[in-house]
Amino acid sequence: MLTLSDRDQAMLNGDHGPAPQLAMSILVRMAGVYGARELMDISQAHIDSTIYLGDATLEFAERLASLGARVAVPTSLNVSGVDECGWKDWAVSPDWAAKAARQMLAYEKMGAVPTWTCAPYQTQMRPVFGQQIAWGESNAIAFANSVIGARTERYPDLLDICCAITGRVPAVGLHVTENRAGQMLLRLAGVPPVLQQDDQFFPVLGHLVGKLAGDLIPVIDGVTAKPTEDQLKGFSAAVASSGRVALFHLVSVTPEAPTLDAAFQGRTPEQTIDVTSADLRAARAELTTADGRELDMVILGSPHFSLAEFRQLAPLVEGKRGDPRVKFLITSSRLMKEMAAEAGVLAPIVEFGAQITVDTCILASPMLPPEIRTLMTNSAKYAYYAPSLLNTRVTFGSLADCVRSAIEGRVVRDDSLWLDA
Amino acid sequence: MIAGRPVVEGEAEGEALVTHDALSFWGGYDFQTGEIIDKHHPLAGVRAAGRILAVPFSKGSSTTTAVLLEAVRAGTAPAAILTTGADSFFALASIVADVMYGKSFPVIALEPDDFARLRSGERLAVERDGTIRYSRSAGL
Repeated sequence: MLTLSDRDQAMLNGDHGPAPQLAMSILVRMAGVYGARELMDISQAHIDSTIYLGDATLEFAERLASLGARVAVPTSLNVSGVDECGWKDWAVSPDWAAKAARQMLAYEKMGAVPTWTCAPYQTQMRPVFGQQIAWGESNAIAFANSVIGARTERYPDLLDICCAITGRVPAVGLHVTENRAGQMLLRLAGVPPVLQQDDQFFPVLGHLVGKLAGDLIPVIDGVTAKPTEDQLKGFSAAVASSGRVALFHLVSVTPEAPTLDAAFQGRTPEQTIDVTSADLRAARAELTTADGRELDMVILGSPHFSLAEFRQLAPLVEGKRGDPRVKFLITSSRLMKEMAAEAGVLAPIVEFGAQITVDTCILASPMLPPEIRTLMTNSAKYAYYAPSLLNTRVTFGSLADCVRSAIEGRVVRDDSLWLDA
Repeated sequence: MIAGRPVVEGEAEGEALVTHDALSFWGGYDFQTGEIIDKHHPLAGVRAAGRILAVPFSKGSSTTTAVLLEAVRAGTAPAAILTTGADSFFALASIVADVMYGKSFPVIALEPDDFARLRSGERLAVERDGTIRYSRSAGL
C-alpha cells in the first residue's frame, strides 16, 4: 500500500498546479505497478522522452509544456529527433524537422538543460557515486548505475519527465542498496589478454552479456584489461540493447564490485555461466549482418562520440582522405564537437571527409538517404538496431578497421585476433 | 483458465501471439503497421496489432514505452500484453495512453509456469481481474 507524503498529496490534489498534478497522478499509478510503499527524492534527471517518434510523443510533451510544467531538479535532455541546425544536409523532411523541433522546444521550456545527448554522463551533468537520480535512455541508465554507482531504476520515456517535474520516484528497485546485488555470475574462461585489449572486446562482451542475463543483474569476473571510460560506454550500450540490463558489475573495475563477494553483497549467484573465446567470437559475428565488401557509410558515435574518441580518431585519419564514394558520419553532441574543435582534433577529421551530426543520431532521425544500404561501425548499439530500424546491413569492426575501410572504399577488417580466439 | 495479476486492468479478446524472447519496441515494433521488426527476434515480420501478445518482459530501449503509446494512438497496438513479471515499460504505455487518449490495454503478469502453457494461435479473453480464459470461438 502506497503512503504519500503531505507534499506528494498536495501535488496530487493540484495545489502545485496542473502539471505536477498530472505528473504525480502518473507516478502514483506507476508506484502501484512497482509495488512501492512510498516515494523518495531524486536530485537529478535525464529525459529520454525527447525522442520524437510521431504525434503521440509530441502531444505528450506539448500537453505538459502547455500546463506550465517545470522540472524540479537539474535535468539533462537526451537526443532529439533532429539535428536542429544541420538537418537540411540530410534526407529529413521539413515536416519531421518542424515537429521534432517543437518537441525539443517543449522540453527546453520546462527548464531542462539542452544537452541533447545520449551520453549525459560525459557532460557537466554527470552524477556522482550514490546519488539518487531518475534517468531514461538505456545506455545511460546502465552507465550511471554500473560505472558511476549513481542509483536509477530503468526508467522508460514518459515517466522520466514525471519524475523530473515532481522530483520524486517510487522507492524501489535499483534505488535500494540490497536490490543492487549481483544475481548471475559470468566467468571469462581462458579469454586471452590480447583479445581483451582489442577495442572490439567490450562492446562484443556487452552484446553477449545482455543476451545471457535475462532479467538478472550480471557480474562479470575475469576481466584483466583495464577498460577506458569509452569502452565502458560501449559495453553499457551493448548490454542494454541485446538485453534489459540496467546494472552490471565488472569485478575489480566498477565501483560496487571491488571483489566478487562485494558484487554479490555476500550472496550466492542464482546462476553461473562460463564465457569462452568461442562465445565471444559468435557474439561478434552476430553483430555483422552484411556480407561482401560493399560499403556506403561508416557511422561512429552511438552513444555520442566523446572528446577522447575524437582524440583517438584524429591521428588515424590525419593527412589521409576517405574514398569519396563512402560517407563517414560521426554522431555527437554540440558540446563534444565544440571541445574537439577547440582541442584541434576536429579539423583533421573533417579534412579526411567526415561529417558530424549533433543533437540526434541515425536511429532517432530519418536522415539517411535511401541509397545508403550498407554500414560499418564500431558501435554494438548501431550494429544491433540499424538492420531493423533502417533496413540496412551492417559490418561491425574496430575503429581502425572503420578508417581503413573508408579509405579503401570497401569493407576491410583485420580479423586475425578473432579468428585465432 | 489462468489466474493472472492485473498490472493494468482491462478487458481484451484476441488471438495469442507468444514468444519467450524479450522485446524492445523501439527498433522492434513498427507502430505504423503493428508489425514486429527486430531482425534478431524470432517473431520478426509477424503482425502483433490487435493480438494478445505474450512476451516475458521488455528489453532494450527506454523508448519502448513511447513506441507503444504511438501504437495505441495509431490503433496498431496489441490488444493486451501478458508478461512474467510486472513490466513497468508496458504498464506505463497503457497508463499514459489512458491519460492522453482514454484508451488503455490490459497488462497482465502471469506465473512463469502459466506463461509457459500459452500457445500462439489460441483465442484468449482477458478479464478485468486478470483471469485469462480460452475463448469459445476457437472451440477450446
